[in-house]
Amino acid sequence: MTKPWSLNDARVRAVAYQLLLAAAAGIVAWYLVTNTTRNLEERKIASGFSFLAREAGFEISETTFLSYNAADTYLRAIAAGLLNTLRVAVIGIIIATALGALIGLARLSRNWLLAKLAAGYVELVRNVPLLVQLFFWYAVISEHLPGPDNALSPLESVFLSNRGIAYPVPRPHFIHPWLGAALATGVALAWALARWTRLRQAVTGKPFPAFTAGAALALGLPLALYLGAGAPLALDRPVLSGFNFSGGAALSPEFATLVLGLVIYTAAFIAEIVRAGVLAVDRGQFEAAHSLGLSRRHAIGLVILPQALRAIVPPLTSQYLNLTKNSSLAVAIGYPDIVSIANTTINQTGQAIEGIAIIMLVYLTISLAISALMNWYNRRIALRGTKA
Amino acid sequence: MNGILAGRAPRRPSALEWLRANLFSSVPNTAATLLILYLGWKLAPPFIDWAFTGAVWSAVDPLICRDRQGQGACWAFVVEKHRFILFGAYPYDQHWRPAVAIALLITLYAVSALRAMWRPRLALAWLAGLGAIGMLMWGGVFGLPFVENERWGGLMLTLLLSTFGIAFAFPLSILLALGRSSHMPVIRLVSTAYIELIRGVPLISVLFMASVMLPLFLPAGVSIDKLLRAEIAMIMFAAAYLAEVVRGGLQALAHGQDEAARALGLSYWQRTLLVILPQALRIAIPPLVNTFIGFFKDTSLVVIIGLFDLLTTVKVALSEPAWTGFSVEAYLFASLVYFLFCYAMSRYSQGLERELARGSAARTLREN
Amino acid sequence: MNGQTERAAKTPIIEMRGVNKWFGDFHVLKDIDLTVTRGEKIVICGPSGSGKSTLVRLVNGLETHQSGRIVVDGIELSRDLKSIDAIRREVGMVFQQFNLFPHLTVIENLTLAPVWVRRMAKKEVDGAAMRLLERVRIAEQAHKYPAELSGGQQQRVAIARALAMRPRVMLFDEPTSALDPEMIKEVLDVMIGLAEEGMTMVVITHEMGFARTVADRIVFMDQGEIVEAGKPEEFFAAPKTERARLFLSQILGQ
Repeated sequence: MTKPWSLNDARVRAVAYQLLLAAAAGIVAWYLVTNTTRNLEERKIASGFSFLAREAGFEISETTFLSYNAADTYLRAIAAGLLNTLRVAVIGIIIATALGALIGLARLSRNWLLAKLAAGYVELVRNVPLLVQLFFWYAVISEHLPGPDNALSPLESVFLSNRGIAYPVPRPHFIHPWLGAALATGVALAWALARWTRLRQAVTGKPFPAFTAGAALALGLPLALYLGAGAPLALDRPVLSGFNFSGGAALSPEFATLVLGLVIYTAAFIAEIVRAGVLAVDRGQFEAAHSLGLSRRHAIGLVILPQALRAIVPPLTSQYLNLTKNSSLAVAIGYPDIVSIANTTINQTGQAIEGIAIIMLVYLTISLAISALMNWYNRRIALRGTKA
Repeated sequence: MNGILAGRAPRRPSALEWLRANLFSSVPNTAATLLILYLGWKLAPPFIDWAFTGAVWSAVDPLICRDRQGQGACWAFVVEKHRFILFGAYPYDQHWRPAVAIALLITLYAVSALRAMWRPRLALAWLAGLGAIGMLMWGGVFGLPFVENERWGGLMLTLLLSTFGIAFAFPLSILLALGRSSHMPVIRLVSTAYIELIRGVPLISVLFMASVMLPLFLPAGVSIDKLLRAEIAMIMFAAAYLAEVVRGGLQALAHGQDEAARALGLSYWQRTLLVILPQALRIAIPPLVNTFIGFFKDTSLVVIIGLFDLLTTVKVALSEPAWTGFSVEAYLFASLVYFLFCYAMSRYSQGLERELARGSAARTLREN
Repeated sequence: MNGQTERAAKTPIIEMRGVNKWFGDFHVLKDIDLTVTRGEKIVICGPSGSGKSTLVRLVNGLETHQSGRIVVDGIELSRDLKSIDAIRREVGMVFQQFNLFPHLTVIENLTLAPVWVRRMAKKEVDGAAMRLLERVRIAEQAHKYPAELSGGQQQRVAIARALAMRPRVMLFDEPTSALDPEMIKEVLDVMIGLAEEGMTMVVITHEMGFARTVADRIVFMDQGEIVEAGKPEEFFAAPKTERARLFLSQILGQ
């Protein structure tokens, strides 16, 4: 019989180890906290988040959906930074996915030139640090693009110069919110149509081109409304005045560099993921689908793609996370993302701990959100019977 | 295919057949090929002209470069500044020391890459090598003048940051991976929390955290070297990512191995060190090497906290008024250096992966 | 002298009284009473899911029981780590999937535990290991890796590895189920030889020929209970319960 509380008892030992770890962690934490409070006092640095209500006193060169000036609070400044980060992340993710998928498929192409070029792209981009690439693109834009008076104009009213990319935007028109509503309605109708055709096919066996019909609805409704309103085409065009363009909208060189660099870098990794995902599908699947008489389109859409997606989605979301985290390099090229703004805040208020805590909180939240989304999608498409 | 059925070995395709199959096999294929060739014909000559034929290769006077700016690359910048870029602010006449140190480090890596050398003796070789590098860089012994580590920089610093970073992060990551796989809830919680926290935030914030918060954590009067702060941040960061790779290896291991070891009476640490880890780490080697490549690239971020790695020295070299404006050439050079190291490592990793896969596949084939 | 050996032969080496085990809500072992005496050869059989594997794994602590008493070689199985270690030194186990250590050679597989657990000298251990390998007729493969051997060879190495610890009891969990038919005989031959030398053996198997030759007792399990236990001749000729009859007809009908 074992004595109670003998260290040889497996459960007692487990509890002892864990208590030991907790105690050690507690001692270390206590040590760090006492040192920190003493150091903060000595340097006369405040604590707490009350600084968020104070006036920020610095300018932010560009904002998304939010207006900001130097008289606004630190909280508003940080919100502006967060929105800037999300703007880069969302646009970057969309374009990188598209580009990455194209390059991944190109690598699988039967065309030797295309495959080798894609492979070369991937190898080149993956083996150079992202920060170096960002600096490179920034150098190209700021040193090798002409000034606004000699700007390149690949399309009418679109100007590329070392001050950024200026492009025309439609003048505000009362029809615009209606167009948005029409698009939303069209999309909703298309989705309903898809469900209805699925049911119909299950019952009667008759297929219906839901995708094309749905796309026609989603795009056709707003188009019809637009044409019906007389096709208003007033554009606010950028016009050279003084040293820069006024009117229209502009993408700053910093934003353009960040998005360009992030997209080119991340697309290389996404390309490899897509390629691996497609290759992961067994050769036999294609053969089985063909021998059942499925057309190439059906074989790809019904058999190959769903399986490839299962292999692609988890590492893909991991790349999305990477892109979002990599956008923090904005601080090195002067784009005012959340890290940039938090950094300025830290420099001005001296409250480093709170500032860094804010940065980490923002990114942790974004990471958790993307991970949760991925887990939900994975559970939905998981093959029954396989361990997750 | 006909050839195989007829009992003959298939003959190698002629050049014309190859062209047809690979470049012109279908209409879209042909279109793509023609488009690529056209783009190549339009873009390659101006680029070659700028980068090679029209470039300025050596010029002590930057004005010569400026005359040709936009038409020819100014590689003279690289030639003029390469010492600073490679060795940082290290005293000029002592440059042989970091040069030897770099060569020594590369040799150590090359030797470690050979599977034949994977023995405990290798660890001793590394210890000796790193010790020698430390002596060379710091000096103060054997008549070598002392050079404080604030003056180290450039490629040497990048290599040192990566090497020491991984060396210390690796054992920490094994502990974290074991901790995350543990049955004891407190240990699992602490390990998981650390890993997920570090992996959820960008490296830049970990670097900020270390460079700004570490001095606050220490008692008054104790100061911590900037290089050390950056290294600690890199180690903490790498450990979290390596831990997930090791954990993947642990999970890939057959369950029966742990059972068999337990049945033989081995204790937890005996099982883990003698049976589980040797196998798990072997499985994890390819992703481990890939993580190291990523880590090597990540060291470039220390430019943001003001440490003089390879990227910083390039930036600083550009800031000299006479030589501003040649950023593209400078960053192309930096890209080239990084590319050489990373490409070599990634080819090695791919080869290693093939070799390890082939080894186990061949043996399973023989069984059947 | 005779009396002593007789008494020694009748000493129980494994004793289970009222043993119950649950996996969550699933009652996998119900009120098991089983005694194995020194030198006895027990064959446990039954349909899959009957709990045979779990029962055997209780003996060396790979699974834990929630109620009842298990005593192995005089040591009671409990949460006490020292007693579990002591039991594992005396009990050897052979698995269906061999579970050899792929990163070690055959001989290293054998010497690992004696060196690290019994703390024996390497030279002594090496000699003993080679003799064991000769006994299972695989000495020439001593320096090969497990992946280079056939399934039958690997299982023989696994038996030798368990024997290297000089156990008093050997447990076999379906040792031939994962083997191609032509390799089953070589493994069974080794086990028969072991039985003839007087080793106490608990064997889970479907090889009824082996059971008839070697077993002192057959234990038939179904749905977590010991349904029948008896001498092989009696069991095969006239099973007492319906379930046993059904099982035998399925197995022997093949």
